[in-house]
Amino acid sequence: MSATVDLTHRSNDAEPLSSAIPRLVAVAVISLGLLFGAFYLYLLAQPLFGAILLALAVGIAIVFGANRFYGARFIFPGVAAVLIFIAFPVIYTIYLGFTNFSSFNLLTYERTIAVLTARGTVDPATEQPFAVARDGDSYRIWLPEAGLLSDPVALVAGAEEAALAPGEAPAELLAPRDAVALRAGLQSLMLISPEGVELRNAGLRTFATVTPDYLRTGDDTLLRSADGVTLTADHTRGFFTTPEGATVPPGWRVNIGWGNFERVFASKGIRGPMVSIFVWTLVFATASVVLTFAVGLTLAVILQWEHLRFKSLYRILLILPYAVPAFISILVFRGLFNQNFGEINLILEALFGIRPTWFTDGTMARVMLLIVNTWLGYPYMMLLAMGFLQSVPEDHKKAAALEGASSVRVFFTITLPQIIPPFLPLMIASFAFNFNNLVLVLLLTQGLPDIPGTLIPAGQTDILASFTYRMAFNDSSQQFGLAGAITLMIFVVVAAISYLNFIAMRRAASRRSGRA
Amino acid sequence: MIVERPADLRRKKILAHGFMIVFLTLILFPFFMVVSISFREGNFTTGAMWPTNPTLEHWYLAFGLDYTRADGTVVTPPYPVLLWMWNSIKIGLIAGVGVLALSTISAYAFSRIRIKGKAVLLDSLFLIQMFPTTLALVAIYAIFDALGAVTPVMGLDSHTALIAIYLSGVTLHIWTIKGYFDSIDTALDKAAAIDGATPWQTFRFIFLPLAVPIMSVVFVLAFIGFINDYPIASVLIRSEGNMTLAVGSRLYLNEFRYLWGDFAAAAILSGLPITVVFLIAQRYLVSGLSDGAVKG
Repeated sequence: MSATVDLTHRSNDAEPLSSAIPRLVAVAVISLGLLFGAFYLYLLAQPLFGAILLALAVGIAIVFGANRFYGARFIFPGVAAVLIFIAFPVIYTIYLGFTNFSSFNLLTYERTIAVLTARGTVDPATEQPFAVARDGDSYRIWLPEAGLLSDPVALVAGAEEAALAPGEAPAELLAPRDAVALRAGLQSLMLISPEGVELRNAGLRTFATVTPDYLRTGDDTLLRSADGVTLTADHTRGFFTTPEGATVPPGWRVNIGWGNFERVFASKGIRGPMVSIFVWTLVFATASVVLTFAVGLTLAVILQWEHLRFKSLYRILLILPYAVPAFISILVFRGLFNQNFGEINLILEALFGIRPTWFTDGTMARVMLLIVNTWLGYPYMMLLAMGFLQSVPEDHKKAAALEGASSVRVFFTITLPQIIPPFLPLMIASFAFNFNNLVLVLLLTQGLPDIPGTLIPAGQTDILASFTYRMAFNDSSQQFGLAGAITLMIFVVVAAISYLNFIAMRRAASRRSGRA
Repeated sequence: MIVERPADLRRKKILAHGFMIVFLTLILFPFFMVVSISFREGNFTTGAMWPTNPTLEHWYLAFGLDYTRADGTVVTPPYPVLLWMWNSIKIGLIAGVGVLALSTISAYAFSRIRIKGKAVLLDSLFLIQMFPTTLALVAIYAIFDALGAVTPVMGLDSHTALIAIYLSGVTLHIWTIKGYFDSIDTALDKAAAIDGATPWQTFRFIFLPLAVPIMSVVFVLAFIGFINDYPIASVLIRSEGNMTLAVGSRLYLNEFRYLWGDFAAAAILSGLPITVVFLIAQRYLVSGLSDGAVKG
């Protein structure tokens, strides 16, 4: 053993070359794979994602290739995962908020043109069935109605032309099933009849003259064959438009600046429900924290009472709602609360003769949401409270009791003030969690019942997160851009909460270390 | 404590137990109901709290078996519950192990290795993790939609994609494990360094064995979190065969096909194992929860 150990440079020369080679090979293979992915994404007109992969590849090559960054190797994978799957999506969502990305504007500009120019109108007069016959390595197309047989064609994907000539029916025709397998080749094939008529594949079983609906006449212009109108690409709206300004779907994704935000603030049909959803989100999150805290603390106080027996049994039973997976218990409640044949209404009717409309009445739906959320959340608060209650010095309570304070008074003047400060960061965290409690809303009410008279689906039990979720992933219309814009507003609120939490936590930590 | 009069004490005890029993009856009511419903005939029946003609039909279906009713009609399982369960467990285990590896290694580095800008990095990680992934769902969808064009392995409707996104949930766990490593005496790794161990060897042979208890807490927490995830899985996973339990279970209570009884049996079948794991682990979990959250 050498007498002097250089702690700072211990890693640089410690590694023999023989053990470095497999590592370098692995780094090279992974980096090249990622580079290929980056290039492919670039080709697919996704340069942003390509750049991310490129950065990842470079990062891996540098950190794991060079010995200098030995320390960084330990944190690189974790940090990379957080950056790529949390930080980047957050930034990208904000970016999407400034675009018109939606089910109408889904494609890139090039893809939009490709889709439009590929559309064609079939001339029914020329439509006729066809069959495929094998001819050595290639195929011939047989049109029985016209008695025409094509020159041999390869039928691989890619534009192909072949002349037709009168001929005899081939002896052996491919079964329709096998012809379908050649579809890609058939679709790009053009047959030219002896009269010079162009025939294209018009369906699974027919060939016909197909006139393209749109012809590309310039960089940004298309000619509509039906009425001879020239369409111009409007790069501010992401649509081809007629001279009158009518849009032709599909459109493409463009940056529309503050357009989504203007829509949110200017349109009454969006602003109105947004405000009420925002208010309800705050009410819901606050009420959830207060209710779970109150119930949890009450139970914790009772469980702490020294004269109570069966404590551990009570404790286990009380924790059960927390232990069962939330998605299962929420769905169970969805069934139990069912208005028509749910067990809860059954009992309420038997006992009090009432049948609350839990799902169709907005207020009742909100009450139900809070009941279920309290049920789900009180055990967590109870467990935390039990821990914090133990740290309240017993002699403080004794002293107060000796002075003649009732136990209720002791609780509110001695115990509560002592457990609130350490509880605060956890309550803020719980608030933030409920502010975005997507699972509960989506599984229990899906935001329903709907607020009447809105432009976009908005429900009375929707919180902001579920509102944007429905906006983006609804079956009828997927408004990713608008959802992104609203998400940005949620981010602002979340950032404020996070900052508060950060401060509260720092305080709690310093108080702890100060006391210790 | 102050001596109380025995009569007062007894009255209080009765009150406390009475409250507990009433409260527990209310709280546990859904569990009793689900068990009862799972043995009840049909999917709509209202009426009896206790099943009058108990049947195992829903349980057969939950286990993926055909059930022959008394009148000879054969009922086939509506959904592949066991497959969903397997999907959930598989994804939860792989992502859990991944998160565990990433967070333990990172936590060790954050606790022991000198890296430039470490404090800033730690704080920013903490701030970033407060932005829930569920808010960036639109972006996540767009990202995997694009990646799917490169390779379907990383595309929509792929378990690999889901696991990849779950791996990003490491930050809180890094903090928890780092807190644990911080409490280990630095003399230990100095001794190892003097004996010529590289930081990796110090981690592998000294810190890893010491961290087993906290690692099991983190693993169970992460595993349960992944099993319970609904929003991300519902956006990424499309086909019935690839669904996780959380996504699939929702299909049961569709307005047009309301399978209350079948759902009850499937819910117990799938919820029970997770509940048992949780109850066994809960003592450690709770201390982990509050420690990890407050240590700053």
